[in-house]
Amino acid sequence: MKFKSLAAVAAASMLIAACGGDDGGSSSNETSAPAETNAPAETSAPAETSAPAVELSGTLIGAGASSQKAAMQSWQAGFQNANSKVTVEYDPIGSGGGREQFLSGGTSFAGSDAYLKDEEWEASKDRCPGDLGAINLPHYISPIAVAYNLPGVDSLKLTTKALAGIFAGTITNWTDPEIAGANAGVDLPDQAINPVHRSDESGTSKNFTDYLGKVEPEIWTYGAIEVWPDVGGEGAQGTSGVVAAINAGEGSIGYADASQIGDLGAAEIQVGDNFTPYSPEAAAKSVDASNRIEGRSDYDFGFNIDRTTTQAGVYPITLVSYHIVCLQYETQEEVDLVKAFMNYIGSEEGQAAAAAGAGSAPISAELRAQLEEAVAQISVAG
Amino acid sequence: MTSLVSSKPKGQFGDRIFRRVSTGVSLLVLVVLAAVAIFLISRALPALTADQAEIGVGGDDGEGEGFLSYVLPLLFGTVWASVLALLIAVPIAVGIALFITQYAHRKISSLLGYAVDLLAAIPSVVYGLWGIFVLAPFLSKNLFPWLSDNLGFLPFFSGTTSTSGRTMMTAAVVLSVMILPVVSAISREVFAQTPGLHKEAALALGATRWEMIKMAVLPYGRSGVIAASMLGLGRALGETMAVALILSPADVISFKLLTNQNPNTIASNIALQFPESSGLEVNTLIATGLVLFAATFVVNALARRIAGGEVND
Amino acid sequence: MTSELATTSLDLGLSSRPLSRTTIPAIAILSLVLAQIVTRVFSGGGSVVATLVIAGPTNLAITYVVSRRREGSRRAIDRMVTAVVYSLMTLALAPLVSVVWTTVDRGLARFDGELFTSTMRSVVGDGGGVKHAIIGTVIITGLAAAMAVPIGLFTGIYLVEYGKKSRLARLVVSMVDVMTGIPSIVAGLFAYALFSQFQGPGARSGFAGSVALAVLMTPIVVRSTQEMLRLVPNELREASYALGVSKWRTIVKVVLPTAVSGLLTGVSLAIARVIGETAPLLIAAGLAQDTNTNPFSGRMTSLPVMSYYGYAAPGFPPEAGYDRGWSAALLLIIIVLVIFSVSRILGRVLRPKGLR
Repeated sequence: MKFKSLAAVAAASMLIAACGGDDGGSSSNETSAPAETNAPAETSAPAETSAPAVELSGTLIGAGASSQKAAMQSWQAGFQNANSKVTVEYDPIGSGGGREQFLSGGTSFAGSDAYLKDEEWEASKDRCPGDLGAINLPHYISPIAVAYNLPGVDSLKLTTKALAGIFAGTITNWTDPEIAGANAGVDLPDQAINPVHRSDESGTSKNFTDYLGKVEPEIWTYGAIEVWPDVGGEGAQGTSGVVAAINAGEGSIGYADASQIGDLGAAEIQVGDNFTPYSPEAAAKSVDASNRIEGRSDYDFGFNIDRTTTQAGVYPITLVSYHIVCLQYETQEEVDLVKAFMNYIGSEEGQAAAAAGAGSAPISAELRAQLEEAVAQISVAG
Repeated sequence: MTSLVSSKPKGQFGDRIFRRVSTGVSLLVLVVLAAVAIFLISRALPALTADQAEIGVGGDDGEGEGFLSYVLPLLFGTVWASVLALLIAVPIAVGIALFITQYAHRKISSLLGYAVDLLAAIPSVVYGLWGIFVLAPFLSKNLFPWLSDNLGFLPFFSGTTSTSGRTMMTAAVVLSVMILPVVSAISREVFAQTPGLHKEAALALGATRWEMIKMAVLPYGRSGVIAASMLGLGRALGETMAVALILSPADVISFKLLTNQNPNTIASNIALQFPESSGLEVNTLIATGLVLFAATFVVNALARRIAGGEVND
Repeated sequence: MTSELATTSLDLGLSSRPLSRTTIPAIAILSLVLAQIVTRVFSGGGSVVATLVIAGPTNLAITYVVSRRREGSRRAIDRMVTAVVYSLMTLALAPLVSVVWTTVDRGLARFDGELFTSTMRSVVGDGGGVKHAIIGTVIITGLAAAMAVPIGLFTGIYLVEYGKKSRLARLVVSMVDVMTGIPSIVAGLFAYALFSQFQGPGARSGFAGSVALAVLMTPIVVRSTQEMLRLVPNELREASYALGVSKWRTIVKVVLPTAVSGLLTGVSLAIARVIGETAPLLIAAGLAQDTNTNPFSGRMTSLPVMSYYGYAAPGFPPEAGYDRGWSAALLLIIIVLVIFSVSRILGRVLRPKGLR
């Protein structure tokens, strides 16, 4: 059944054998790393050191969230330039599809805007060799900007009440006191608000509505949802569609990946008593200020983003996209590829590449150290 | 031609083979269709048999609305958009076909035919992008306000007019542009095949060009035009990307053409929701695909009945 | 009865004064001016579409009245229909020209050497090309046509020449109708499901994409074949039989050559119809950054998918992705132009002499 991945691995192993790695010429998977069959709590550093010495080759296949496609393009480029015999493929089929394919063994890693659900975590113990299951690595942090099209309005402050009201359809005009109150001195037009949302099922919607539901549960009563509820407003496909729709109609407002909003203005969001504009740093802080999910592997970094934080300088409307990998794989080759790629992504260089190529927020040094430790645990199943 | 006569005995053997091959291949078509149907049904069944309270896509877990109420607005949107598109496209396509075959000079006509054929090849994504960036702004500036001001008393043009123009009207226009080449190409081919004798006879009796067309061309091409329209309808019903890109959808059943609350189409909805779906949601979406499949079947059957069973003679 | 008589006499009396060549254009211009005045007076003017909407019927009405007075009602109706046909043609051309213009205009931004010679492997931001997508499109569509065209042709032949009105033929005809209604995305789902049975989950390959496209292509080829073969006059078949030619040779040597240009148009239309399909290829063939020439293994990028992602996930800054997307679309149109040209030329070459 795992014909495809097996074929890929077989091809990879042939290539490695042909390259004549300096780990004793052993092309047999089981014998190459006996030390790594131990429990992950034990550091397997000695076995690690041999990995970089081998010139990596083969194909690493991943699939999942389209939100991180641009970043993945940067990572693929950086990684492949450093390892010319490696090809990384990433199919941006969507988070759900990515997790599904990963869990059924079709890919080596998944990209996902949501961490593994509980039942998926259980399923991952079957999918991954050994019984350690899979872990979530939050490698891609992206601020979601609230962009608007109001000619002449250069800055806009929105209270949580105003934001939730606009998208829930209870605030319908730009001169509404809830908006005007926070924007003294700004000449707001007497115009209907056209709230634009994603018409496709998306992680961006889920994160945005999660935020609305947490900060104003009385106004936004629909919870965290991926498909927009029946509250009016204009729907548009994908980030590009939302941006195009906002651009097309004066008086429009919508939420989109901050790197894609172009010349549109972005609202400052109420956090505690202050208003915070989006910025990569402020977005990265929102992850550091949040709690990890419980009941998973020690090396799992799934986060429930704390939307209601009042800490200054934190921008709580962020999308965190994960890489989901097994803690153990069948072959040394797969382990080497996954580890090297994940290490590269988490590295300062990898995060800088994504920031340049996709406008994402680099993860903090603290989180990087933790993620590196987690990646170091990936090993061959015994 | 004369050389053919000598091969009669060989011909009988060849005949049998040829007949069997073509029959066998026709059966293969049935098998493929059956395979698609079986796949659809088997993947759709879980959504139909599951607890209906769980059905729904993208909402909170366990907050479903049931399959029927999920699919109904989509089905409506699909048929509504396609019918609108067909209403716009078929007269224009027949006009093009008549122009090319009966009115234009030979050179112009072959050039035009060529150009129209070519348009069938433009990927639907491009039509979608054109719809967003060119048509929607144009219509929302030049047509929609006028319609809603002057014809707003008609239910179709009532409601708050969308500012970005991404409405059912725009989607229908784009769909009609997309199916134009398909419908006109086949109509044209059929009109062009009208026996010259019929046409000449009509003209010799003193008929005007229109009377000649009415007497000779249209009756001859009628079944071809209907077949072409059905192909166009098939394309409109199943068109995915362009509608997904253009339409501003909502979970409603509405005849209003100019608002941003439009019923979505089934195919577009699958394209929008499928990538991020998992589990029962996938089954639900495939079940909607099955409904689309069935709807097309019904529409085709109706079209054939309207055509008086002549389409496939 | 009397009115008919009256018209006829009118006809006889006045048909000697046909409208001059300049009258019809003059009426058209007059109608446009009138419509412009009407829109200015009643709704503040400015609306191009509204002007045209009013101008069209006005033009028809004036043409009819003028022509009827001078040439009689039959001529008048003819004039009116001519005006309708011409306006429909113009109406149809406007959006079509606009679509092409938009694509050419935006596509040319990146129509450089690099576009054709490089892939997207290790490309960030600017640069990169669509070489891998061109190869992918040719392979995927070629394989799809290799499956769908023979199946479609033979089925069409069966329906027209053998099956006629038999039960099986009726069944096939209605099933082909059903097949035309398969939404492209469902065809993609089908191919994906089929191949994941054999290759395990996550299976994506160029061939899976071909299968999806073949499912979409087949009914189109069947339909057009059927239409075209039915148009071959029965006299030709009978003449051939009368000469003692067997049925299959009649089909191959008489029926098919007579219909060849229509058949080729049908096939090229079918190719054109599927070559721009995005949804099924997204699902069945996936996206790869590099060239893949093996249709049976690994993801394969095609031009429409490339075009779609150029828009949907343009990267940062977005312009580079948009430009590549439009270029891919433009290229697709050019490829189809080539296919059409070849099929036209072939159609002319292969057509029997008497029909040229």
